[in-house]
Amino acid sequence: MSDQEDLGADVYRQEASELVQSIEAGLMALETDPDDRDRINAVFRDLHTVKGSGAMFGFHELAMFVHEFETAFDRLRQGKVAITTALIELSLQACDQILCLLDDPKAGAAASVDILHRLQRCLDGSDKGEDGEHTPAGNAAEGCRVTFRLSEDALMRGHDPEGFLDELRELGPTKVRALVDRIPPIDQLDPTACLIGWDVEIEGAVTSSDIEAVFLFTRDDMTLEIAPLSDTPSAAKADDNQGLDAVATSPAPGVGKATGNTMRVATDRLDDMMDRVGELVIAEARLQALAQCSGDATLMAVAEDIQRLAAGLRDSTMSIRMVPMSSILGRFQRLIRDLSATLGKQMRFRTRGEDTELDKTVIELLADPLVHILRNCADHGLETSEARLAAGKPTVGTIELSAEYAGAEVVITIRDDGRGLDAGKIRARAIEAGLMAQDADLSESDLYRMIFEPGFSTMSTVTELSGRGVGMDVVKRTIASLRGQIDLESEPGHGTTVRLRLPLTLAIIDGLLIEVGGELYTIPLAAVEECVELPESHVSEHSNSSFLNIRGGLVPFLRLRALFDVTVQPTEYQKVVIISSTGARVGLVVDNIIGNNQTVIKQLSPLHAGLKSFSGATILGDGTVALILDVAQLVATGRMIEDRARRENAA
Amino acid sequence: MNAVHQIDVITDQHIDVVTLRLGGEWMALPADCLREILEPVAVTRVPQSTPFSSGLINVRGVVVPLTDLKVAFGMPRTDPDADTRMLVLDLPLNGETVTVAITADKVHEVTVLDVSTLDDVPSVGLRWPPEFVRGIGKQEDEFLLLPNLEAIFQQFCPKGIAAKQIEEGN
Repeated sequence: MSDQEDLGADVYRQEASELVQSIEAGLMALETDPDDRDRINAVFRDLHTVKGSGAMFGFHELAMFVHEFETAFDRLRQGKVAITTALIELSLQACDQILCLLDDPKAGAAASVDILHRLQRCLDGSDKGEDGEHTPAGNAAEGCRVTFRLSEDALMRGHDPEGFLDELRELGPTKVRALVDRIPPIDQLDPTACLIGWDVEIEGAVTSSDIEAVFLFTRDDMTLEIAPLSDTPSAAKADDNQGLDAVATSPAPGVGKATGNTMRVATDRLDDMMDRVGELVIAEARLQALAQCSGDATLMAVAEDIQRLAAGLRDSTMSIRMVPMSSILGRFQRLIRDLSATLGKQMRFRTRGEDTELDKTVIELLADPLVHILRNCADHGLETSEARLAAGKPTVGTIELSAEYAGAEVVITIRDDGRGLDAGKIRARAIEAGLMAQDADLSESDLYRMIFEPGFSTMSTVTELSGRGVGMDVVKRTIASLRGQIDLESEPGHGTTVRLRLPLTLAIIDGLLIEVGGELYTIPLAAVEECVELPESHVSEHSNSSFLNIRGGLVPFLRLRALFDVTVQPTEYQKVVIISSTGARVGLVVDNIIGNNQTVIKQLSPLHAGLKSFSGATILGDGTVALILDVAQLVATGRMIEDRARRENAA
Repeated sequence: MNAVHQIDVITDQHIDVVTLRLGGEWMALPADCLREILEPVAVTRVPQSTPFSSGLINVRGVVVPLTDLKVAFGMPRTDPDADTRMLVLDLPLNGETVTVAITADKVHEVTVLDVSTLDDVPSVGLRWPPEFVRGIGKQEDEFLLLPNLEAIFQQFCPKGIAAKQIEEGN
């Protein structure tokens, strides 16, 4: 195979796997709403595309398989067969088989045959009893009347009304009449709009499916009426598609529009671009600093222009890398469905905020932790139907995943309405694993946090499903490596909520520049809650209290001067920056707050990887390096202070 | 990766080295791991770090750790003067190539070193930790120390990093 063919095959593989995802999503939606004709048609179209392009790129085994699958599905489309759970199940298996064939066209021929065979049997079983061959739309002898209008922008999209008419003519002798009632006076006429409708009388034995096949690819964006020829047009049977009028005026979302103007770009090119934008932002900051120094008005004007352009370029580069949550949610639908079957529990998966976008890298790294959390919800969280019934809850358990923007972060919430976390069990397990002392008195939320500790999850506590060797500690670490935070709430008997807070992007963040002993550091702005003056009573480094009173709440604080071994005299008015992570707060005493800055994150080398207080470094406008404070770590240190104080109080 | 290989096995009779002054000694570093030589730039102190790698510098938009070989050899530290230079090197560390910078009191020249003239490290009478020295040569009546950079950086890299990375890779 030549390189070019290889390239084509790769593109096809990618496209096909996306289509299969779309098919899966469609199938699962059909399971809940079997009468959704639009969906059936959409699935059919996707299958058709998989088949067509597959044959084009030499995936013949795949094309053959999909062809058979499509044939079977066609009976669904014609409404001859009802949709059953078993059928959906088989169709999903067929989707898996498509993916297998994509990877290795030669493999699994036997499985293909088996699936098709079962699919056939399943279809025969649930046949509505109509004769499989043809369902004439009207009296076969008389033919039928087809009235159709394309959407106004049909011509712009390259549809050819003439072509449709030609195809209709092939079905039998036709009489075509144009419907010109919607055409406005000539001075208001938009010549590119398709305003003419057609009324076609076809004689002879024509079935409605023959006619629908003609309009297969435009079906969502048009009105189509098919009536027996004997009926008068006014009594024409409306198409079985409900809500068609609405569809006719506004094209179906996602179809046509979204696929029109996109192109595929290799991810490493995007990464490369992001790197360059990062460097540009740094260079721009230097230019800005120079311009400020020189005081030259012309230079400052140019610097401002460059700043504006760089900011715009940064935003658009980041937006290119943004991927909606929906790109991974399909996988989860499937996961929950499979889990439901394996665990024998009834459950429902609801999603909200599928449009929420995150950086591609974040989304990719997020998939595994989310799978793990969902598995835990399904396996440990939800009860069996009987137990639910006994507890007075609906038999079907619900797992809800929602995503929403919160400032420069995205909050992803996974909520189940199961039994909630068992504090007693967690306690026992934590003591057993040596994570806490036998008599330690931990608050409930501290206790819940134990499940994120390494060593908490063992093979004895997780089932075959949840235990793939990944504990919640790995989830927490992955989230932390994305500079995100994980948070847990649980109400016994009412369910558990896991909340993930993630930065929109990994490469550039907004930072708060602070000064400690003449040295500059950056704090991720998303973690900063507020800045206050250090109260007089706390100014001395020898004052015993290690807590601040922030509007009634006690917040532990850290003196960065002490933490960073600064010997220079402090400034007169020290400030406190309150940062928060996973619901806990800590105050950082700093000498000065400089202001916001764009922080391009640079990883620290292995020589400095052991440092706990810093998560990375950045380059400032004057070319010097500033360290980025590790919020999660500092908050953990603050919590230690809190624990120590509590112990001292107790003693 | 070429550079990595060359440090590992000095098979060729003649290698290019850059000679520099460090704490009163002449040292030679293989020239092919040298990326560039800089006049001293602003150094950002890294709190809580070891004296060996206590700073960060900006090398053309890349954040590079600045290390001090004097710490490894137990030499007294001196203040930078007009001759002080920073050498940016690409070194192998735990299977990866890491860019680091070292300070030198003075950089002399790039020269060819005949490996066959190198003496083995004497087991007694050496002021430096023997595992940090690859060999001792002679150049114009002066001793020339070939430090084992790989061993030095391995020693001063925080323990357990490699293991942690493997874990996270899973």
